[in-house]
Amino acid sequence: MEILGLLIPVSLGLGGLGLVAFIWSLRGRQYEDPKGDAERILSSEWDDRPKP
Amino acid sequence: MSDATLHDHDARLSACPACDAAPLAQRIAAGGGGQEDIVLSLPTIHCATCITDVERVLNRHPGVRDARVNLTLRRVTVDAPGMSAEELIPVVEGIGYEAHELDPAALSASAADRQGRDILMRIGVAGFAMMNIMILSVAVWSGAEDATRDMFHWISGAIALPTVAFAGQPFFASAWRALRHGRLGMDVPISLALVLASAISVYETVQSGHHAYFDAAVMLCFFLLIGRYLDYRTRAVARSAAEELTALEVPRAFRVTTAGDEPVPVVELVPGDLIRIRPGARIPADGEIAEGSSEIDRSLLTGESIPVPARPGVALSAGEVNLTGPLVMRVTAAGRDSSLARLTALVAAAESARGHYTGLADRASRLYSPLVHLLAFCSFLGWYFATHDLRLAVNVAAAVLIITCPCALGLAVPAVVTAASGRLFRRGMLIKDGTALERLAEVDAVVFDKTGTLTMGVPQLVSLDPIPAEARPVALALSQGSGHPLSQALAQALREAGTEPAPLSDLREVPGYGIAGIWQGREVRLGRADWLGARHGEATLSASWLSLGDEGGQGAPIRLEFSDRLRPGAEACVARILGSGRRVMLLSGDAAPVVQDLAQRLGIAEWRAGVTPVEKAEALRDLRQQGLHPLMVGDGLNDTAALTEAHVSISPASALDAARTASDMVLMGSDLAPVAEGLELARSARARIKENFAISLVYNIVAVPIAIAGFATPLMAALAMSLSSISVTLNALRLR
Repeated sequence: MEILGLLIPVSLGLGGLGLVAFIWSLRGRQYEDPKGDAERILSSEWDDRPKP
Repeated sequence: MSDATLHDHDARLSACPACDAAPLAQRIAAGGGGQEDIVLSLPTIHCATCITDVERVLNRHPGVRDARVNLTLRRVTVDAPGMSAEELIPVVEGIGYEAHELDPAALSASAADRQGRDILMRIGVAGFAMMNIMILSVAVWSGAEDATRDMFHWISGAIALPTVAFAGQPFFASAWRALRHGRLGMDVPISLALVLASAISVYETVQSGHHAYFDAAVMLCFFLLIGRYLDYRTRAVARSAAEELTALEVPRAFRVTTAGDEPVPVVELVPGDLIRIRPGARIPADGEIAEGSSEIDRSLLTGESIPVPARPGVALSAGEVNLTGPLVMRVTAAGRDSSLARLTALVAAAESARGHYTGLADRASRLYSPLVHLLAFCSFLGWYFATHDLRLAVNVAAAVLIITCPCALGLAVPAVVTAASGRLFRRGMLIKDGTALERLAEVDAVVFDKTGTLTMGVPQLVSLDPIPAEARPVALALSQGSGHPLSQALAQALREAGTEPAPLSDLREVPGYGIAGIWQGREVRLGRADWLGARHGEATLSASWLSLGDEGGQGAPIRLEFSDRLRPGAEACVARILGSGRRVMLLSGDAAPVVQDLAQRLGIAEWRAGVTPVEKAEALRDLRQQGLHPLMVGDGLNDTAALTEAHVSISPASALDAARTASDMVLMGSDLAPVAEGLELARSARARIKENFAISLVYNIVAVPIAIAGFATPLMAALAMSLSSISVTLNALRLR
């Protein structure tokens, strides 16, 4: 059962990482235009190089 | 939760354009027309190609720094310092997309976004905590014992307590507000369950007990926050669309200059300007009448129900409504100095005047909250007196509160309303009022206005030939002064023919009848046949009559014919409503033959022509007194009273702003079909809501006796909660 001492912090840490990523994306206004983002990925513009 | 957020929470409850008028005016006053991004509304964009096309053409345009399309809101935000929307609109329209200017000051997107992000953040935190605690709880449910169980409980508690404190804030705040006002809302039992579950679990953990409800507390937060978020989304979408309507038109006034009338933003008005005010329009600034006479409706500002006569020299205040005649007003205090306080009063008056309708959710929670508290309290007393074991009694009471907690109830209504209004919104109908969908479901009679509602309301003059050349300047002067669609069509036709208006005095509009003025000492009139002493005849075209007084053998009024076409979808809509067994009535201010012709074409048996605004409102009151729930569909100033009187009301987006403010729903497109669809959808939405209540009731009937009997375990609470929440959400989604 000693493995629990390792596994529980690891699982909590991974979960926390997900939470931090979610809050980061929320702060970055990535949920402002869900429809537009879904369509934008189909556009061939900036396929070859990233938008400056 | 800070005070500001609390106010946001209150503010979101009103999703009507009128309620946005005051903050809008405040923002305009604060902004003062400073340099900002240009926002254009693009109603026709829909795909990836549209996005790239619009962005590419705008980015290539000299002077544009950046352009970003938001497809969800159908807008493009352009960063172009020193440029105006008038320069950019042709650029976008040049590649085939419709574009309209939006006033960025009227779009309060950022404040609403912050609130949406706030709820999303709490959902995220609660979801993270729920999943982790659930992993630990599964171990406990499957038989972890002694030290392991205690450790798992401690870890769960360490995650759950901060989560409940953070994610539960909206409920605690709202419960506290309800209690302070002496009410028991849905949030009081929720908060009590959260606090009690957390407290009892901490106690049990300290005592190495078997049951801890940390998972239940966090799950409760998670599901209820989802309900809150759905609720918020529905209102935010409606409000942003309503704001867009406001932003499309509000801050313009018509300044009188030597070169003719010139539209200017209200913020640019300065004291001393002369502005023209059309009948039916709100007065944009404080001032004094310089020319013209009319009547002024001050009821929304002062409570006077009788319109006040207005002559040159009379002072006007921003927010009053000009009723009958066109006015030229000299501005005495503009924009930030004048209208603010009065607009706020206007909004408050409009809101308090609105009748109160209790929604299904409110009625359910009014019944539910006392019952739940009573049940929990009784089981506590029962167990305490039976066993004299305080710990056990509190445990049972907490279990009852958790099991009955309105997880499903909190989701039952928002999930259905979101699904239904989302579907209606896609079809072009915008719901402004929270309970409008429920009221729409009760409708058993539909009253239509004719001009502008069943017909497009943009008439065209059939021919200019009946008007003699010398009468044309008079006709133009008369028709220019009226907001009536026939007059505007006449004015447009005459202006295109190169006519200059003749000088008239004493121009006044008689609502429901027409417009009159004095020309060379003779009274000239433009309006309805019976008002001018002419017979309308048997023709089925809309007609207006022009009378040039009695001199020179020109006594006989001249007949001017207009054609008007049906609104698309009108026939199908009326047929569908008649097919569903509801009464359909047509009330129009137009002449009898025209109305009769339309009624026969649409198969409407009950119709009345020549109805005045007062009679319209009375007709609706009669219907209500007969115990019916009438839906009023209308667009004009003469419908405003009837729209307010009806059980629920719809107006097209082309309606006068006064009518749109008075109605509960707005049709965004020109198609009338969504009205019939909305009626059917509202019925099925109400059925879904009731089914959802039944589902939660069944879960409660099964689970509550077990909880009262003391057999409830955290596993059962978790199962009941998630099963009922998921089943009501799935049931609601059947509407899409």
